[in-house]
Amino acid sequence: MKVTSTLLRIGGAGLALGLMVAGGTASARDLTVVSWGGNYQDAQKKIYFEPFSKKIGKPVLDESWDGGIGVIAAKVKAGVPNWDVVQVETEELELGCADGFYEKIDWAALGGKDKFLSAAVSDCGVGAIVWSTMLSYDADRLKTPPTSWADFWDTTKFPGKRGFRRGPKYSLEFALMADGVKPEEVYKVLGTPEGVDRAFKKLDELKPNIVWWEAGAQPLSLLASGEVVMSTAYNGRLAGINKTEGKNFQGVWPGSIYAIDSWVILKDSPNAKEAMNFIAFASEPANQSKLPEYIAYGLPNKEAAAMVPAALQKDLPTTEANLTGAIALDGAFWVDNVEELTKRFNAWLAK
Amino acid sequence: MSGSPARGRVSALLLVAPLFLFLAAFFVWPLAMMIAVSVTDGTVRQVMPETASAIRSWDGSGLPPAQVQEALIADLRAPSEQMAFGDAVRRLNSEVSGFRTLLGRTASAVRDAPPGQPVDLAGIDPRWGEGRYWQALQRAMPNYTDRNLLAAVDLKRDTDGSIAADVSANRVIMVRTFTIAALVTVLCALIGLPYAMIAAASTGWVRNVMLLAVLLPLWTSLLVRTASWVILLQNEGLINKALLAVGIVDQPLQLIFNRTGVIIAMTHVLLPFMVLPIYSVLLGIPRNLMPAASSLGASRLRAFWHVLLPMALPGVASGALLVFMVALGYYITPALVGGAEDQMISSVIAFFATGTANWGMAGALGLILLVTTTALYFVYGRLSRSPNMVGA
Repeated sequence: MKVTSTLLRIGGAGLALGLMVAGGTASARDLTVVSWGGNYQDAQKKIYFEPFSKKIGKPVLDESWDGGIGVIAAKVKAGVPNWDVVQVETEELELGCADGFYEKIDWAALGGKDKFLSAAVSDCGVGAIVWSTMLSYDADRLKTPPTSWADFWDTTKFPGKRGFRRGPKYSLEFALMADGVKPEEVYKVLGTPEGVDRAFKKLDELKPNIVWWEAGAQPLSLLASGEVVMSTAYNGRLAGINKTEGKNFQGVWPGSIYAIDSWVILKDSPNAKEAMNFIAFASEPANQSKLPEYIAYGLPNKEAAAMVPAALQKDLPTTEANLTGAIALDGAFWVDNVEELTKRFNAWLAK
Repeated sequence: MSGSPARGRVSALLLVAPLFLFLAAFFVWPLAMMIAVSVTDGTVRQVMPETASAIRSWDGSGLPPAQVQEALIADLRAPSEQMAFGDAVRRLNSEVSGFRTLLGRTASAVRDAPPGQPVDLAGIDPRWGEGRYWQALQRAMPNYTDRNLLAAVDLKRDTDGSIAADVSANRVIMVRTFTIAALVTVLCALIGLPYAMIAAASTGWVRNVMLLAVLLPLWTSLLVRTASWVILLQNEGLINKALLAVGIVDQPLQLIFNRTGVIIAMTHVLLPFMVLPIYSVLLGIPRNLMPAASSLGASRLRAFWHVLLPMALPGVASGALLVFMVALGYYITPALVGGAEDQMISSVIAFFATGTANWGMAGALGLILLVTTTALYFVYGRLSRSPNMVGA
């Protein structure tokens, strides 16, 4: 029986050690902020995470993620989440807010709701950036610039392949615009079964010429290699690559769709108070107005937006001229329909 | 003497206990959870107990009687846990799109209405005047459901409860997954067997370099390897430029964003799983067997066919199994180098698991994949045990 008791003792000691380690990390975890990675997060690190960590005298951990309400749901339902502040897209904000995955925002600590764009204000989240998905092309390769989604669909005038994000979101909206629907009526048309049929029918026309992408960096390399002549792309990435690699990638603002990403605090976060302080810090005009220097995203804090130098304004989705003909992503529509339309989209792809 | 075998057995059991615990905690339990989550369905009933009992007797035609509507209003009035309510809403919305905004709007209107006053549901939202929302409510009430499993194979229950086809591509994608995995396995075997034979037959630095060439990619991130294939295979990539320069083709070949790209990249990524088992089996084969065969008058081909190949087959078999199983779960590589018609089932599972938090659907798809793979494994087990296959 000696062997048995020794083994038991070793097992027990191991278990206790394991529990100690687990318990220790849970109680002493520093504020953890989660964002979208890449050069965007590098910029955030410089202007938000590091200065805030210096201010509170404690480390701020940062991680990156690829989105998905399932990830948030799993974290929150586990009890004590290991993330505190997360930057989420429109749908994740709406879904998570309705389902109780986020703490409520203390708007008084932020100086009141009227300091922000109205679309950036929610019970559970504070707008962090405004970004656009737009028609883009390499102006060094394409001498006649395309100006609309109808051009995007016109393969005789612009021969070559097109890049599109794989999924129904954005694809259906752009297809309707190409089919002559006015931008401001897109979601009204898409809200009817006939409108959805119409969008898919329009996508049928372009299907043989589409290269589908998934990660935000892909359309840039597709354009750079000449694999596609036009692609949908995120505006921040376009301006970024023009600056860092001397490219001449252009975007078409009319017909683009902008969306707001928001900071949220996960439910039952052990650092909820510090998390709120962080969001307030990242929303201060003096701090937020530094962002466009690094990446061309619009700012939800009106005072911060006004402080951005004119030279940088021209690339931002929130600039007046760029808002003409652009529409906001309808989060409520996608929250309702994403599952059914994705199912249909996959079936359409496999056809 | 009599006590020692028993004690030996106890300590042996204790030695394997960590393994059993590990398997139970990280394999059996999650598997059971996956099956459970794909067939259980109690979330709606939990937050709408009165509706659940009132709607049971409704025959499903037209609109449900007034007491069902009153029960729903009572349920919405009663305070419920927000997360549980969210689960119920997600469940209903995945069956009929629009339930999310419908229930959200109705719940806040009902809570704002003065208590005791009658509430007109169709007045809050005209969708309550449509039967399909009520039918979906009724279908969501039982504790168990076959909805996810049916949806995983593109079927659904019609309003009258009969099974009908659904607009969905899971079956096509599932067949495609197995086709790609099988093709990659065959290619890996065709390349891996000669490669392992040459590596096993060579000595010194040649062998080291050959093994390193197989192992090195294993130590590199999958993303990096896949991204390098993009650089090689694209229209203005190295391969196409070389072909154009030599004049073999006068237009770039489409090597990427289609099935060709996926097969090339996956075969490369998975080749080590084929080469290493074959190599280790080949090392165990005595080197004098081939000379012995030729001394008995066998041609080289005949000696290979009747001596070496049958002995190497166990290696090929285990390599094939490894490659096939790993290939089934791929989705990053098809997403980056494949086209729309090359996406595999894991990307659909990931959509439901992380994208929409519909864990029931993710579980059901996983279960179908598991059952099919297990069935294939048994077929394979039969085949590899049959005498003609091992050549004995």
